Amino acid sequence: MSMMDWIDARFPATKMWKEHLSEYYAPKNFNFWYFFGSLALLILVLQIVTGIFLTMNYKPDAKLAFASVEYIMRDVEWGWLIRYLHSTGASAFFVVIYLHMFRGLIYGSFKQPRELVWIFGMLLYVVLMAEAFMGYLLPWGQMSYWGAQVIISLFGALPVIGEDLALWIRGDYVVADATLNRFFAMHVIALPIVLLGLVVAHIIALHEVGSNNPDGVEIKKTKDKNGKPLDGIPFHPYYTVKDLVGVVVFLFIFSLVLFYLPEFGGWFLEKDNFIPADPLKTPEHIVPLWYFTPFYAILRAVPDKLFGVIAMGLAIVMLFLLPWLDRSKTRSVRYRGPYFRTALVVFVISFLALGYLGTQPATSLYTLLAQIFTVLYFAFFILMPIYTKFDKDKPVPERVTTK
Amino acid sequence: MRNLTFAALVSIISMFSTLAFAAGSSLQLDKVDIDLNDKASLQRGAHTFMNYCLSCHGASLMRYNRMAKDLGLTDEQVAENLMFTTDKIGETMQIAMRPEDAKKWFGVAPPDLSVIARARGTDWLYTYLRTFYLDDSRPMGTNNLAFKDVGMPHVLWEQQGYQSIDEHGHLSVTQEGALTPRQYDTMTRDLVNFLAYISEPSKLQRLALGKWVLLYLAIFFVIALALKKAYWKDVH
Repeated sequence: MSMMDWIDARFPATKMWKEHLSEYYAPKNFNFWYFFGSLALLILVLQIVTGIFLTMNYKPDAKLAFASVEYIMRDVEWGWLIRYLHSTGASAFFVVIYLHMFRGLIYGSFKQPRELVWIFGMLLYVVLMAEAFMGYLLPWGQMSYWGAQVIISLFGALPVIGEDLALWIRGDYVVADATLNRFFAMHVIALPIVLLGLVVAHIIALHEVGSNNPDGVEIKKTKDKNGKPLDGIPFHPYYTVKDLVGVVVFLFIFSLVLFYLPEFGGWFLEKDNFIPADPLKTPEHIVPLWYFTPFYAILRAVPDKLFGVIAMGLAIVMLFLLPWLDRSKTRSVRYRGPYFRTALVVFVISFLALGYLGTQPATSLYTLLAQIFTVLYFAFFILMPIYTKFDKDKPVPERVTTK
Repeated sequence: MRNLTFAALVSIISMFSTLAFAAGSSLQLDKVDIDLNDKASLQRGAHTFMNYCLSCHGASLMRYNRMAKDLGLTDEQVAENLMFTTDKIGETMQIAMRPEDAKKWFGVAPPDLSVIARARGTDWLYTYLRTFYLDDSRPMGTNNLAFKDVGMPHVLWEQQGYQSIDEHGHLSVTQEGALTPRQYDTMTRDLVNFLAYISEPSKLQRLALGKWVLLYLAIFFVIALALKKAYWKDVH
């Protein structure tokens, strides 16, 4: 132990271990929905490690990029595994993040005093979208190329500075080698640093205020004589061993996709992305990555391009404002009244429907549906101060409940 | 709450499954039943590929010695029977034709076939190779059902013969080739099998490894669950 004392006198190793693990008291009633935070951290590590090995063989050059990815798939020892881990990991990241955000939404984890936990989380989400978007250009296939072309051109819709801004982002008049180079730089160094910083902020903010739980009960209110929450248990070892079970289940599903369905029917790796980028040939259908499709549907639902871009931006801004839009004192959906519950169901359906519509060609029926669901999506947020204020919430118990 | 959990999972799963549709033309594609474990088929496919495809199309991401290893051939066998464009076994399958010349002759440079099976799908390739038909309006004298107005001539005409199209859009062989239709189907199936192989040479390795990873995780799950239960005994 003298070794540890020596270190502790110079660096707060034991103090940090206690604060964040062995004496971080988490509510004892976490359920299924509480696996996804630690899983997101696992995937972040997975993406960084596989990313490092991919970078060793990938060539960020418009002439070499496509072939270098196939070189990794064929000639690099275990390259195919590293590449599929990374490509499957990208989609898994969003699956896990969406479930993690949904958890926050249903149990009111964004509410006072956890507003900053939520804000840091939302920033993580936005940076992750940028990270995924830029990473998707790197294989330099047709869908990489044209997806980037479409998304960057959206900036061109902004008044006055739009076109110059799009040009500045691309570094050329079309998506080209310069774009690939800078996206590579952003993807492998700039954005990962921001992500890591935000993850630290997210966790520090969380550990400052303590975790919420499925009952939305503040466990710090009822403490024993030693000042420890009665309904809390140390994160380590209780939740480390519990999360280990979650990790194994996740890895099982992840491996099923990785080894048997790495393209996932064209949704994780698109067919068109096995054709090298060709600036002269537009693919028949340009479909964004599945995790962007709800916002893409909102963009297309608005007839005017500029207002479409604004609507798409606002769709994300709304999520940031959640802690202040919700006027109810009750956190958990378990004790919330019928108005919020109904609104929540409508919101989930709208989000999933928009996600589906974003993948489909914009026929007049689909556009109309997208417009209806866009209105419902925004109604969930804009009307929230009203329906949460007058909702008939049920009484919240003093202590957490367990079955 | 459990219902809500369930509903959310179901909607996410159904979202994926409804999304998994195939985009493309309205032509009904013929199904091809390929087998990457069938080495004889892959070797026959390689033979067809080297003789008929690899003069206009390259497979510039695929190495000869990798193919030798995966197809159960020696480097010498490949060098003697299957290597026409280079004499180095470690080379990739390149062609001598320059893209600018190809463009002049065919209107478009023939695409590299390394990952064509992943871009087009095996059913499409199988259908494409079998639906060339005579069409006087085309510069090469032939057209194709799967790829309208394709620049490529019917390279395998010696084997299949020539087909004509009737007013219902059905094809029938009007000039017989060296092979019967059934033999020709086998030949194209072997070729598609080979194209599928070169599009992802590590696929068999992937499928083989998958079983063991899943088995490991299944065993680990039992241990992890027991560990969790042991630790959580005193939590009430």
